[in-house]
Parts: sequence; structure tokens; C-alpha cells
Amino acid sequence: MKYLMLKHYRGGPEAHPEFSAPMDRWTPEEISAHIAFMDKVADDLRERGEYVDGQALSPEGTFVRYDGEGRPPVTDGPFAETKDLIAGWMVIDVDSEQRAHEAAAYLSSAPGKDGKPLYEWIEVRPFLAEPPVVE
Amino acid sequence: MNRELPGQVLGVLVRRGADFAAAEDAVQDALVEAVRHWGSAVVGDDSPGANPSPEGEDPGASPAGLPADLKAWLVTVAWRKFLDARRSASARALREVKVSLRPPPGQAEQADDTLLILSRCCHPALTPASAIALTLRAVGGLTTAQIARAFLVPEATMAQRISRAKRTVAGERFGTPGDVTAVLRVLYLMFNEGFTGAPGVDLAEEAIRLTRQLTAAVPDDPEAAGLLALMLLHHARRAARFDAAGGLVPLDRQDRSLWDTTTIAEGVGILQQALARELLGEYQAQAAVAALHDDAATAAETDWPQILEWYDELLALAPGNRVAELNRAIAVGHVDGAHAGLRALETLDAGLPRYDAATAYLRELAGERAEAARRYAAAAQAADSVAERTHLLKQAARLNENSAGS
Repeated sequence: MKYLMLKHYRGGPEAHPEFSAPMDRWTPEEISAHIAFMDKVADDLRERGEYVDGQALSPEGTFVRYDGEGRPPVTDGPFAETKDLIAGWMVIDVDSEQRAHEAAAYLSSAPGKDGKPLYEWIEVRPFLAEPPVVE
Repeated sequence: MNRELPGQVLGVLVRRGADFAAAEDAVQDALVEAVRHWGSAVVGDDSPGANPSPEGEDPGASPAGLPADLKAWLVTVAWRKFLDARRSASARALREVKVSLRPPPGQAEQADDTLLILSRCCHPALTPASAIALTLRAVGGLTTAQIARAFLVPEATMAQRISRAKRTVAGERFGTPGDVTAVLRVLYLMFNEGFTGAPGVDLAEEAIRLTRQLTAAVPDDPEAAGLLALMLLHHARRAARFDAAGGLVPLDRQDRSLWDTTTIAEGVGILQQALARELLGEYQAQAAVAALHDDAATAAETDWPQILEWYDELLALAPGNRVAELNRAIAVGHVDGAHAGLRALETLDAGLPRYDAATAYLRELAGERAEAARRYAAAAQAADSVAERTHLLKQAARLNENSAGS
């Protein structure tokens, strides 16, 4: 079963009371520790044969839509402060939803300021799969 | 196998009158045939991480039974493949190919071939991404799978991109070797793509290898030499550019004992010969800046006045070079003081990439730590790579940490 784990710059449920200050208020060592942990999560998932893909996204982005034949596309952005904003994703292929939640919680335990967990919300979305062969 | 072979074989076919796209297919078919005869070692193993020699051309490792002249063999087979394809496509088309088997080319012809093929692969009608992919396959001798890995796209996507590129250039006039400038630009961009982390594929090294081939083909072109020097002088610092955790280390904080002095010496030598021709160009000027950085034993010993002069030269040659404008402002900051550098920045467009990072750097140089931290944080927001973003965040964090403690 494949799951998409989404990290948000903003737009998740209400933040944990101990959610860390912005990263530029951490120490350089805390930033390094955070990055090293994120790399370790990906390595651990690879090791278990569960990692599929992952990518970080720029906070700069735009909404675009078709506006009729021969007209330039409509754009809305950069994102207003209130809009949901995805920071990155990781795709995993795991045996159960429970295992997907476990992986997401592990990701969310990444250390932040003073080495304390970030308590960051991770959105977990199952992929729609192929229909089974046996009817 | 010598990785230059596919490009050379392709050159022979094209010079004999084969059209580019069909010739490229024929060369790939001949390589497949060679692998069938002598195993994958003949073209360099394609599996990730299985190629210990980055050059892939260890002469001592030739499999038994390999023909003495592999190039001649490949030319013969590729030509036959080409003719077969032509014959099956159209008997009439075959009659139009008025060509005959010729003796193997001499050195001059081979040089012409290299330029001929490179200028076709780097044709201005192609987008840079397509030109880089086509060059890597047709001249660099990489497989579609390797190129796909380097660009982190599926192999089928890359195969399609290459085949579209071949169709695009198929209709273009292709008599005389084309524009060296276009080739230089594509090779420069390929080098800048650098190391994407794909096992066994290193675009910076591929670019250096191809630029070496180009300089051999156009030995009198000082800009080709300038580009090769520029690449070598940057490549020499590579081991120092990343820390153990993969984090970016800026030039002024690099451990200079990790710099490759042999490569620096080679780059400086090539640059000096190029400059002696007194036909200055952008790549020579950029290489001169790189050489001055490489020449400083410590960041504090950097010869900023000379670097500033070279940026002035560079901007006279390429008035619109925005990266050079930002870097010039940094140089001004070191020569005439941080505030002079900031004033130089003020004349530029604040929307330029890395404008905030340059401002932050000069603010710190001016001792304005809080403002520098704020600018570094803003620069991190706009960074276009994870490595850069992390680096800029750390710069902001370092300044915030120290100001909070004082």
C-alpha cells in the first residue's frame, strides 16, 4: 500500500503547544541535527524497503487555471498567508495503514529547537490502487 | 572502451552523408552489437555504482578477443546498420546517399568530426536541457538510462526527449561545423548541473571531458580554453564544497587544504595560454576570477582588487550578466568597504536571484548582524535548492545566536 506523507509550511491542524520557533531562531547545530534526522528517516525507510520517493518544495508557488480558448492562464499567487502550503512529500510503500502512521509519527519527531521534537503535523494520504484481478 | 568513440564513429557516419538522427541510431545499434560480442565491459558497465573508474576507459581491462581497432569495427557495423535501416525504409533513399567507404580519418578530420557533432547536438534550436541530453548520448557515450538517472527522470521520458531533440535538428542545415559559442554555452550549463547524486553519472566530469575534446578540435579558440580552465578551477574545490553531512560550505569557509592543487595548476596553465592570445571573452574572465580565489591560501588573502577588475572586464563583455553584477558588488564590498558594496547593490534589481544573500553577506561585513540575519532568512525562503536553503538558514541562525548571547 502506498501512502503520501505531506509536510506543510502552514495549513495543518492547530500546532502543538511546544511547536518550535522558526528555523532561523535555532542554532546552526540544531539545524544540522534536524537535517541529519530527516536524512536518517529516509535511510531507515530505504533500509526497510519502504521508501519510494521524496521531494522538498519551494515556499514560492502560484495557482493557475485555464481561462478559455486563446486567453492567457489565470494566476493567483504567490500564496496568501492563509492558504495551505505544502513543504514537501515522501511516498512510502508499506504493509498497513498503521505502519504508515508510525512512519509519519517518526518523521514528526524530528528534533527542533533545544533538541526537542518538532511535533509537526504530517498529512498521510493513501494512494488509490489498481483494481484487484480476482473479482 | 574509450568514451570518445561513439562521438567519433557518429562523426564518420555523418561525414559520409548519413543524416544525423539515423546515424545516431545506427551507432547505438553498433554499441549494442559490441556488448553482445564482448560483454558490457566493452562500453563500460551501465549498472549503478559498478563502474569504479570514472573515466571508464581503463586500457588494461580490455576483454579478450576485442578487435585491435574497435573504432574501425564500430564504424563498419554502424555503417551497415545505417544502410540496412535505409534499405528497409526506402530503396530510393539509398540511391540518394551517394557515399563510398573511405579510409579511416586522419587527425584533422577527427577534430572536424568532433566539432561537427558537438555543434549539431548543441544547436540553438534546442532547449538547453535537450541539447545537454543529446550531447551526453551522442558524444559523451552515455546511455539513455544513465542520462535519465542524472536528470532524475524516468528512462522513457529521457528517451522521448532525446528522440524529439534528434527530430528537431534533423531538418537543420548541417554542412560545415557550426557555432562554437552555442557549444560552449551548453557545456557550461552541463557543468553547472554538476553532481546530482546519481550513481555513476557525474555531469561536471562529463562536461570537462567533452570540453577537453572540444579544445582539441578548436585549439586556437581562447574561449574554449577559457571554459575548460573555468571548469577545472571550480572543480578543483569540489571536495571542500560540502561538509561530512552533505551541507554546503561557502568559499570563504572552505578547508583549502582539500583543494586539488594539480587541477588548479592545470587550469591556471590553460588560462594563461588562452589569455596570451589577447582575445578576451566571458569564460576567460570568469576563469580569471576563479584562479584568483584558488590562488589565495586563506580567504583573508584573497586579491579582491584584482577580482574586482576582472568583474569590470566581464561586465564590459557581458553587460547583462546578473550573477556577475551581484558578485561585483561583493568584490566592491571587500575593496572599498561594505557600505560601498551595498551602494553598488542598490543600483541592481532587488528581485535578482541571490540578491538577499548578497545583501546579507555585505550587512554582516558592515557589522550589522541583526539585519544580516533577517536578510539571510529571507534569502533562505527564496533558495532554489535544499542545500542552499539549509546553508542560508544556518547563516541566519549563526548571527541570531551570537546576537542573542551578547
